[in-house]
Amino acid sequence: MAEFKKADSMLEWFDQRLGVVNFVKVMMTEYWIPKNINFLWAMGVVITVLFTLLLVSGIFLLMYYKPDVNMAFDSVNFTIMQDVAYGWLFRHIHAVGASVVFLVIYIHMFTGIYYGSYKKGREMIWISGMLLFVLFSAEGFSGYMLPWGQMSYWAAYVITEIFGGIPLIGDELVVWIRGNFYVSDATLTRFFMLHVLLIPLAILGAIVFHFYALRFPHVNNEEGEFFDFDEEAEKYKAGDKKGSKVIPFWPVFLSKDFMVVGFFMIFFFYLTFYHYGFAMDAINFDKADGLKTPAHIYPEWYFLWSYEVLRGFFFDIAGISGKDLGLIAFGIANAIFFLLPWLDRSPMVKPANQRPYFKYWFWILMADLIVLTIYGKLPPTGVNAWVGFASSMTFLVLFAVLPFITKLEAKKVGGK
Amino acid sequence: MTNESRRGFIGKAFGAVAGVGAVASLVAMKKTWDPLPSVMSAGFTTVDVSALAENKLEVVVWRGKPVFILKYSADMAPTDGRNVKVGDHYFSVMIGLCTHLGCIPAYLPDAHQFKCACHGGEFTADGVNTFGPPPRPLDIPPFKVDGVTLVLGEEGEEYKAMTAKA
Repeated sequence: MAEFKKADSMLEWFDQRLGVVNFVKVMMTEYWIPKNINFLWAMGVVITVLFTLLLVSGIFLLMYYKPDVNMAFDSVNFTIMQDVAYGWLFRHIHAVGASVVFLVIYIHMFTGIYYGSYKKGREMIWISGMLLFVLFSAEGFSGYMLPWGQMSYWAAYVITEIFGGIPLIGDELVVWIRGNFYVSDATLTRFFMLHVLLIPLAILGAIVFHFYALRFPHVNNEEGEFFDFDEEAEKYKAGDKKGSKVIPFWPVFLSKDFMVVGFFMIFFFYLTFYHYGFAMDAINFDKADGLKTPAHIYPEWYFLWSYEVLRGFFFDIAGISGKDLGLIAFGIANAIFFLLPWLDRSPMVKPANQRPYFKYWFWILMADLIVLTIYGKLPPTGVNAWVGFASSMTFLVLFAVLPFITKLEAKKVGGK
Repeated sequence: MTNESRRGFIGKAFGAVAGVGAVASLVAMKKTWDPLPSVMSAGFTTVDVSALAENKLEVVVWRGKPVFILKYSADMAPTDGRNVKVGDHYFSVMIGLCTHLGCIPAYLPDAHQFKCACHGGEFTADGVNTFGPPPRPLDIPPFKVDGVTLVLGEEGEEYKAMTAKA
């Protein structure tokens, strides 16, 4: 054991044992963030705050929720909503938080795409972020099943049925995932386990990894400028705070974030108290019935775009059934964003609007995703089906042409 | 040298033990997720079809799935390989789940047609897909004709004859 001298203060006592002084330096006061950023750089911290809210509200819901097909619905809609003091508040926070966290994740993602924060050394930040997106999606889907309403049941049914499209093992795989021939008690309890333990653990791990991935390539800035962080940090430490291009994570960067979080929380609790209906579908207040399909099944708003890609192909093309085409397109839609750093062949790290071709690609993608989201909620009949097909094709084509567009762009700007 | 090979042996032995353990754990985990024996063995539903009304859809539950039983009226033409004759009447016996994504289609008696509300798929009275995203006709569950009753879950002569044709 090392030689310990008597500590003069509590801080020193802890420092001797845990190295807290150095730890705070490395993690906070000497972790450098660029100065040239805007409020969009606060979204990561907003997501972290929302995730904390979801975790805490989830812990309280867990005290009364019963993962059993006969008890789940009542434990949510009677016990938690009516008997438990402030149970409704935790449910509203949980439901609204789940919906809004996706809104902020999308803003965070498209900020990254707009500013080119996924390439030239930042690939692992992007990949770990996409991994988090997939994990949050799985968390959202598994949680949606738990209230055991009609939408819970049929969303679970339709989504697990998707795995039936996998060649050879499809049918057995669906039964294996459900633990029964249909969505049943076994399905509910295993997805309960996933929702409250396995996926949250994976999310926590992925968050740590995502933060760690930022350490070496550093946070991007508004102009995509590359500079020597050590040099700028020295300037800041020497007192030239104005001339330095960086600020410390704590207290300078976070204080700005806290202001954004403050405004955001006002918006969030406005939704929680006065406008929670969008996150709690009326159909889900009917108890699950495996023998009665609701007239119109749709997912929560944040899955609508990929759902629309899934059902956009409603006819056979070249001997491949519409169902299989939809599944393939759906699979591509969920995986393609992972490849973005390699599909973008241009070396430019600039905001999209300063890139000659990429800007068109970016804004067409935004428009297409909005169209997919809107039509994902409408019944797929008549002209709606064709709009769905066209916007699904547009989505696939956009990613297919991205390497060529960015290659041309690289030529035009001459490697800048 | 002896040290090196001793170390190598220990390393390989550890790897073998860990590998066997890992595979065994995965098998156990996979099997824990399997449907329980009680789920697998519960699975026969018996229906008396003699009292059913013509052109009126009867829905029974078999393995948690709705099964459509439709008694044909005189003006409806049976299809070879899709309909079964029980007594004097022809019947459609089909799993009532749309072959697209598993919604339950509704029966429109006047049109002799099934329509799925989810994504607009349509089927004839004998379950053949005629419009929309469904990739194939409604599935026919294994059944056995026993006098005037149908036993769902057991493969009878009529079922085997039908699947041989389809």
